[in-house]
Amino acid sequence: MTQLGSFPGGLLLDGQKRRSTQTAIRTTPISKKLILPMQQHIGEAAQEVVSIGDKVLKGQKIAQANGHMSVCLHAPSSGTVTAIDKQPVPHPSGLSAPCITIETDGEDRWIKRQGVADYSQLSDHEIRQRIRDAGIVGLGGAGFPSFIKLNPGIHHVIDTLILNGAECEPYITCDDMIMRERAKGIIEGIIIMRYALRVTQCIIAIEDNKPEAIVAMESALEKYPETDTIKVVVIPTRYPTGSEKQLIEVITQKQVPKNGLPLDLGIVLHNVATAYAIGRAIIHGEPLISRIVTVTGTDVKHAGNCETLFGTPISELLNFCNTHRHKDVPFVMGGPMMGYNLTADDLPVIKTSNCILVGVDNTSHQSTAMPCIRCGDCAVACPASLLPQQLYWYSRAKDLDKTREYNLFDCIECGCCSYVCPSEIPLVDYFRFAKTEIMHKQQEHQKSDIARQRHENRQARLEHEKAEKERRHLQRKLALAATQSNKEKAATGNNVGENK
Amino acid sequence: MLSAILAITLLALIFGLILGFASVRFKVEGDPIVEQIDKLLPQTQCGQCSFAGCKPYAEAIAAGDVDINRCPPGGEATIQALANLLEVEVKPLDDECGVEKPKMLAVIDEDRCIGCTLCIQACPVDAILGAAKQMHTVIADECTGCELCLPPCPVDCIDMVTVTSSPTNWRWPNPTELTTQYKEQQ
Ligand code: SF4
Ligand code: SF4
Ligand code: SF4
Ligand code: SF4
Repeated sequence: MTQLGSFPGGLLLDGQKRRSTQTAIRTTPISKKLILPMQQHIGEAAQEVVSIGDKVLKGQKIAQANGHMSVCLHAPSSGTVTAIDKQPVPHPSGLSAPCITIETDGEDRWIKRQGVADYSQLSDHEIRQRIRDAGIVGLGGAGFPSFIKLNPGIHHVIDTLILNGAECEPYITCDDMIMRERAKGIIEGIIIMRYALRVTQCIIAIEDNKPEAIVAMESALEKYPETDTIKVVVIPTRYPTGSEKQLIEVITQKQVPKNGLPLDLGIVLHNVATAYAIGRAIIHGEPLISRIVTVTGTDVKHAGNCETLFGTPISELLNFCNTHRHKDVPFVMGGPMMGYNLTADDLPVIKTSNCILVGVDNTSHQSTAMPCIRCGDCAVACPASLLPQQLYWYSRAKDLDKTREYNLFDCIECGCCSYVCPSEIPLVDYFRFAKTEIMHKQQEHQKSDIARQRHENRQARLEHEKAEKERRHLQRKLALAATQSNKEKAATGNNVGENK
Repeated sequence: MLSAILAITLLALIFGLILGFASVRFKVEGDPIVEQIDKLLPQTQCGQCSFAGCKPYAEAIAAGDVDINRCPPGGEATIQALANLLEVEVKPLDDECGVEKPKMLAVIDEDRCIGCTLCIQACPVDAILGAAKQMHTVIADECTGCELCLPPCPVDCIDMVTVTSSPTNWRWPNPTELTTQYKEQQ
């Protein structure tokens, strides 16, 4: 096997994955009410194509992709659209966003599905189109539209597709379980992706703390004669090896260039669960309407992984897993390192909900932060080779230009620095704060540029109108003068006549 | 008498031509410092600085006629940016001009609007749509929140509302402020 590389920093964390891998994947019962945010992906929100009162079937498109960076949204079960309005969505802000609400009828009736048994009948373009229409986004957690990452464009030659099955964050086991139980489906998806990207090499990267998943994937591969270009690579368990750039460094020993993309190295990365969804969409014509969610934590009695329809209220999922949540203690969407706190449990499960963690100390130390003692531990732990203490200093002082000089946007928000900081400074929160401040400033700038333009246009228009008015005024005056003098002439003519 | 008039007219014409030519030939492309200052102003065009808009205020600052602390919509951040650009001391906002407020947005109560078009004439950025005797609406994306459309409205049907935050424009809270809030609570 090829030599593996490694990345700087990182942490050896206690995986805590046993609790949620004791039982097979279960199916969460269909909820009476499904709340579907129109934006569950990075990019533009989808645009609804149904109205209140419409009957919808399972898998029917209810919102259309809007612009390039957008994907469609589908009804996860049959029922009636009862509302299209703003509802609270899972987001660190706790704010509301436009959602479509469906009251299910319990029949779970599918719309007519059009799968293609032989994917090679489709062009790569048609495959991307179908993947987009199926609403598929990266299921690792970020929610980037998948069809875009299957379209390298004419300027890049892709030779390697890496399937991310690292799942490095503690507690989360949804990728582990899907590899154990649905290895065949994942490989079907990989073969389609390989075809769409025209790559020669596919690598399924799995951390060595998932022996069952490794065995399952390897034995499934054996059954496919045409899969000699697909192989499983076992990588050492270390957080955050599942992050895009870090995983590439481990697998290829190459670094993604600063401000660059994996594409620049001829590499495309997808999550294993995304590969499974792509297989279902192309072969079976099933859009993305559910995902596997890990429900775990010290307060969860029946921890495990549940195949859950999007829009299912988190409270129902928690009940299904027999959870005793302390009502005023926040719980976490995502893992303990990169997840964010939720305070309400009537929020829906969405495409990016990989894990719900109830009953663990989230790494927020807000009440106990002490001054930085310049120990440098954070810089040692940082997998992106940044200087978190400097970044902290400038973020705190709101010196945003300086944070950019120190490569703030290379920070992957992994939380390693906060984790090791002996002063318990919430470093990563400062970096998130500084990032959103910078983006806000840029937006303001764009807005004020537009306002200036509109103001100038208006001034120009007003001036033009004024000049036009004056011209007309003058014309009228001249015309008036002319008629008057004519009249006078006529009058004098008459007078002359009379005088005669 | 006639020749004198002719001579003067001729002279005027010649000078006019020379001046006209010079203005085209030696045209100065704006005033770079004015442009730079104008870029830092929020372009609300509200006139609270006592000038007829952001550009005139920028011109006055460039000429050294006024202080840099007269723009309430820009607030502290704009004063800071101006101070950096012009290498002068930061000053607190002149409270004669107004106070810094969160960004607002005009909303027309469409039931009460009588379609008088007076607000359209007042809006410096053409953010109001409508025609005579038709109900009017504000284009939310274009409204700068300058409030200039409020006084002309004869039926008082325009309200200023705060811009609602959504997951897309939300900003991560400053951890320092969170900590102090927390301490105050205790
Ligand atoms: S959160 Fe950012 S700065 Fe901190 S260790 Fe991770 S990448 Fe480095
Ligand atoms: S780990 Fe904490 S205390 Fe040490 S240098 Fe970094 S921020 Fe400062
Ligand atoms: S106060 Fe500020 S926003 Fe208003 S016109 Fe003056 S410079 Fe522009
Ligand atoms: S709509 Fe009113 S508040 Fe908004 S920019 Fe126009 S005049 Fe100003």
